[in-house]
Amino acid sequence: MEQKLIVSSSPHIRDEGSVTKVMSDVVIALLPATIGAVYFFRTNALILILIAVITAVLAEAAVQKIRKQPVTINDMSAVVTGLLIALNITAAAPWWLPVIGSAFAIVIVKQFFGGLGKNFMNPALAARILLTLSWTGRMTEWVSPGPDMISAATPLSFVKGQMAVPATAPSLFNAFVGNIGGSMGETSAALLLLGGLYLLYRGVIKITIPAIYVGTVAVITLVFSGFDVYFMAYHVVAGGLFIGAIFMATDYSSSPVTDKGQVIFALGCGILTSTIRLFGGFNEGVGFSILLMNVATPLIERYTVPRIYGEVKKQNA
Amino acid sequence: MKFLSFKGGIHPPESKEATASLAIEQAKNPQMVIIPLHQHIGAPCQPTVKVKDLVKVGQVIGEAQGFVCAPVHASVSGEVKEVGVRPIGGGRDAVCVVIESDGQFEIDPEIQPPGDYKKMEAKVLVQFIQKSGIVGMGGAAFPTHVKLSPPPDKPIDTVIINGAECEPYLTADHRLMLEAPDELVEGLQIIMHGVNAQKGYIAIENNKPDAIAVMVEAVKEADNIQVVALQTKYPQGAEKQLIDACAGREVPSGGLPMDVGVVVNNVGTTVQIARSFKTGMPLIDRITTVTGSCIKEPQNLLVKIGTPVADLVEQCGGYQETPGKLILGGPMMGLSQDTDELSVTKGTSGVLVFNETEAVIPDPVNCIRCGKCIDVCPIYLMPLMISENALRDRMEEAEKYNAMDCIECGSCSYICPSKRPLVQSIRVAKSSILAKRRKQQK
Repeated sequence: MEQKLIVSSSPHIRDEGSVTKVMSDVVIALLPATIGAVYFFRTNALILILIAVITAVLAEAAVQKIRKQPVTINDMSAVVTGLLIALNITAAAPWWLPVIGSAFAIVIVKQFFGGLGKNFMNPALAARILLTLSWTGRMTEWVSPGPDMISAATPLSFVKGQMAVPATAPSLFNAFVGNIGGSMGETSAALLLLGGLYLLYRGVIKITIPAIYVGTVAVITLVFSGFDVYFMAYHVVAGGLFIGAIFMATDYSSSPVTDKGQVIFALGCGILTSTIRLFGGFNEGVGFSILLMNVATPLIERYTVPRIYGEVKKQNA
Repeated sequence: MKFLSFKGGIHPPESKEATASLAIEQAKNPQMVIIPLHQHIGAPCQPTVKVKDLVKVGQVIGEAQGFVCAPVHASVSGEVKEVGVRPIGGGRDAVCVVIESDGQFEIDPEIQPPGDYKKMEAKVLVQFIQKSGIVGMGGAAFPTHVKLSPPPDKPIDTVIINGAECEPYLTADHRLMLEAPDELVEGLQIIMHGVNAQKGYIAIENNKPDAIAVMVEAVKEADNIQVVALQTKYPQGAEKQLIDACAGREVPSGGLPMDVGVVVNNVGTTVQIARSFKTGMPLIDRITTVTGSCIKEPQNLLVKIGTPVADLVEQCGGYQETPGKLILGGPMMGLSQDTDELSVTKGTSGVLVFNETEAVIPDPVNCIRCGKCIDVCPIYLMPLMISENALRDRMEEAEKYNAMDCIECGSCSYICPSKRPLVQSIRVAKSSILAKRRKQQK
């Protein structure tokens, strides 16, 4: 036998999955909300989305070029981050806001900590929080859907400090379909849900984190309001809970990999979000909650290592 | 019928179509056999023949050294041409006996059937299995008599025959169940007699409904033997997973099947036991599936131990493409080789040849912490954590994440979207931890 055979350690076959496929699935899952954003907020939304995505991809390529690392923009992960940042800002934002957000997310939060899979915080969320704290006015200049961009309050501001939903607040139906003020991608619970179902179907995410996160917020707001189902439903569909629970809290690198850890993580997110919304100074608490739990992730993982096969019986013996 | 299974596992493409419906064919008689004297787990054998000796079929050519060892026998009659060290695959060398066949297949006159096993004492029965050089023929080649000799404080009540054949591509056991069901049942009864077990199971994956039907028919008369249908899932044939599925018992971490009163044997091994008891002939041949995209006419062959792999490939029409990888065993746990100038041993369940495209090792990218490796691990380990620590030479951390419990099924590496060398690095961790433990004992 003349030619050389390849020798390697088993297994000799691999599944067809890849990082690019996983990330592309997330982009596909974000498409309904993205199209919804363009439908509700028109050309402005489209421009901001493109700026955010292009900046994220360019930033990733630039950092990797400078650090003489292989450029990995083909894995689509920068596209996901850029898209999420765009969906997290208001349609009335100036063009430089997504530029700063995307560059910060990719360069500081993701690449400085080792790149794909190594970031300890969700890059898009960290960017949202940076922008909110630095340019609070610009970031909270919410507008109502439609071509005129009349300034509008988010539905959550109506229920802030309340025990029930006031009559002046937008209807629950409008909040569900997304015909309300708010950041471009968070307004339509329905379209986000559609994307979430796709991710579940494709096995990209498990139902644990979204279900427990949303469930915890639902239970706490229900109990707080004295079992006012309308109040509870309002807290669930209005605001950033769905985009946070489905697309941000499920971020692989910044959430626990263990099953038990995911339960604790999601419970923590739900409790913190409800606490901030009901008792804190901000109308919205999704971003801070997830980031706080991101930081706790390594600790949670350490304490939730699964019982291995045959372990308990050994101790009994 | 209820399909039993375990938690975790993967569903790789089965790729068994090429050979599943092909009856077992006798391989062409080899002109020359190269028989390694170290084909099993345990000590190597000492040669009992020298160059120019004339040997007969079934004659001992390698004597067992110690208890965990199995003797090696001549598979052809003829003249010994060489007794010397040769590569035996997997980067290892061993003493091999090269015999030039005289084409007569003259049987050693000392080969005699041992008589009715039912009248034999358990100890004598197990000794005969030892004398017959029988080892686990699924791939690991662990001496069977050792499995059948549990210490007195660990009585065996259950024997499981592993007919899962969960490795893709391989169909040797499948064919054997279809073609020799009665011998399989007989072999199981012999084992049960040998360890005084009351219950026998024959476990088969449900991708082989024909084998399930044939075996159900074959055990009709035997009340204490049950055919169990398993879900088709890899690694369904792994010992611990099989015992869990059939008997509902969990083998303790670091323990053996005998710790829960179970012995597991593979289909090929069990049929070999039945045949050896019938004729007295030790293990000198086995069924091997020769397959893969490079093989022109894949087949299930009955092969004499020591037959060169290249001979089998030639009999299957040769390579139809440039071969990129040659694997002895299945694609999940088989060992890839750097040449086809090796011979078939007792553990060679398959010869699998991939083309150059299939042989490419994918480039790993960063772990994205998707957790799929945790989901598929049948031992519920965290492969990403063990691997991460092993690659940074933090073996103590790797040990804390229970690296030593890994059964090396490879499910984690298979499923990883980042194509990371998970099980491969866990193997490195295991051998490093073992080396350290040995050092500490000294």
